[in-house]
Amino acid sequence: MSAVAAALMGFAGGMVGGLLGVGGGILFVPALAIFMDQSQVRAEATSLLAIVPVAIVAVWRQLGYGNVRVRDGLIIGALSPLGVGIGVVVANAVPQRALELIFAGLALLIAAQLVFRALRPRPHEAEELT
Amino acid sequence: MPRTLKLAVIGTAAGVFSGLLGVGGGSVIVPLLIVWLAYGEREATGTSMLAIVLIAALAVTVQAFYGNVDPPDAALVGVPALAGVVAGTALQQRVPERGISLLFAALLVVVAVELIIP
Repeated sequence: MSAVAAALMGFAGGMVGGLLGVGGGILFVPALAIFMDQSQVRAEATSLLAIVPVAIVAVWRQLGYGNVRVRDGLIIGALSPLGVGIGVVVANAVPQRALELIFAGLALLIAAQLVFRALRPRPHEAEELT
Repeated sequence: MPRTLKLAVIGTAAGVFSGLLGVGGGSVIVPLLIVWLAYGEREATGTSMLAIVLIAALAVTVQAFYGNVDPPDAALVGVPALAGVVAGTALQQRVPERGISLLFAALLVVVAVELIIP
């Protein structure tokens, strides 16, 4: 029964991912930790494996819709290893709790910026609504 | 700041997020492309997905060396997610762009709450 729940959360994660351009890890990790009794680190690692094919399918669909700037996407991905390395080192040097709170604060700040920007009128909006 | 340097900062920040939390980094990439590089919402999400392919593939390779990856369980959530992502991407083409921004803000609040609650 818990495997069915995990699979349903997997579908929901893919849906959110396709809609918002994220891998779906935000739902995969709790699905694996809660329903499949995985440790946090194992759930995170397993989530990453699930993300790869999901992102590949998303890129294939979005290329068809004309929504991918290939050069920028490749640059961001190619320049991420430094960050991944920093992330692992920092994760081992700083208390996990402090990191969680810093990221939470950052997420709320970005959310506020997105809302502020979305509620501003913009010139191309009129044509989009027609 | 030169454009390539901005992309490097976004890639590094997404990599840090991925290395720390085991996600693809899209929750960093999408808003920064929108707010900082003036991307349209749909373009930001499509471009983010391309970066995520590379970032998640790198991160899962590193995790595999630690023996932390469970392929059957990855298939359990990942295979239904393939259907979900096709549906979600199709749905996205019918949602107004500012709606995507507001939904994304809601996602970030969920992420923040998840991080704050121990």
